[in-house]
Amino acid sequence: MKERNNHIIGFKTYVIVWLCLLILTVLTVAVSGMKLGMSGSLTSVIIATLKASLILLFFMHLKYERFLITAMLLLTVMTIAVIIGLTFFDVWYRY
Amino acid sequence: MNKENLIEEKHDYQGAKMGMWMFLFTELLLFTGLFLLYSTFRSKFSQEFHTASAELNRTIGTVNTVILLTSSLTMALSINAIKEGKKYLSIMFQRLTIFLALFFLINKYFEWSAKIHHGIYPNSPELLQRGKGETIFFGLYYLLTGIHGLHVIAGIVLITIMMALTKKDRINKETFIKLENTGLYWHLVDIIWVYLFPVFYLIS
Repeated sequence: MKERNNHIIGFKTYVIVWLCLLILTVLTVAVSGMKLGMSGSLTSVIIATLKASLILLFFMHLKYERFLITAMLLLTVMTIAVIIGLTFFDVWYRY
Repeated sequence: MNKENLIEEKHDYQGAKMGMWMFLFTELLLFTGLFLLYSTFRSKFSQEFHTASAELNRTIGTVNTVILLTSSLTMALSINAIKEGKKYLSIMFQRLTIFLALFFLINKYFEWSAKIHHGIYPNSPELLQRGKGETIFFGLYYLLTGIHGLHVIAGIVLITIMMALTKKDRINKETFIKLENTGLYWHLVDIIWVYLFPVFYLIS
């Protein structure tokens, strides 16, 4: 049973992560109130990605998982980035 | 337990978890396609998207975000509890997660019905009058939050099954992969909402 992932993240850590997520939610609502235009939507995507990373690392245990799963996730994220990037090259030069 | 069984079970545990992650990747790709659709249309109709987004209820959106984040916490805690062998604590956290998910759906129901009441639904005369940009925005809004809502319903069904299995001791201190995978799924549903929320409710 040694290799089984029996790692228990403390109650306290989970609550701290949850509080951080709530703070980031408040932050993203506050930022959208300021009229930042283009950089405003970029900020909201960055905050969303921060929140997603917290969920992945702690709630989904990625921090304590074997590297293989992290590598697979990175591959997926990179694929998504390439798809989005290539699409936007098209969109930007089309209109 | 003899050595052979031990090895087999360990592999099963790792395999099951990896299988779940692979499924989650396909889910990510599904939503990527839809987000791509959203962002290309948004770059074309940025003004219309802005006007339409202002009509969505930010308060309900924010409350629902907090509800889903909290449900992720209770889900994670239920897995913690079962790992420590606290069966009833785990069941309580699972029940709390289901309760929060239902609360989310009820809010969604009120939100949608208010919009439909105001004549905003796919192919409604009101929307067609407003032109392409807003029609596309609300079309995507219903499509994305709708598919996300279906995922929430699926999550409720899954957690209910897990609760029954925990009660029967089929999920216990030693064997909890099913609950863990359900948790992974539930957190992914949460992550998707984390992106949906600013993208639809908070266009500044």
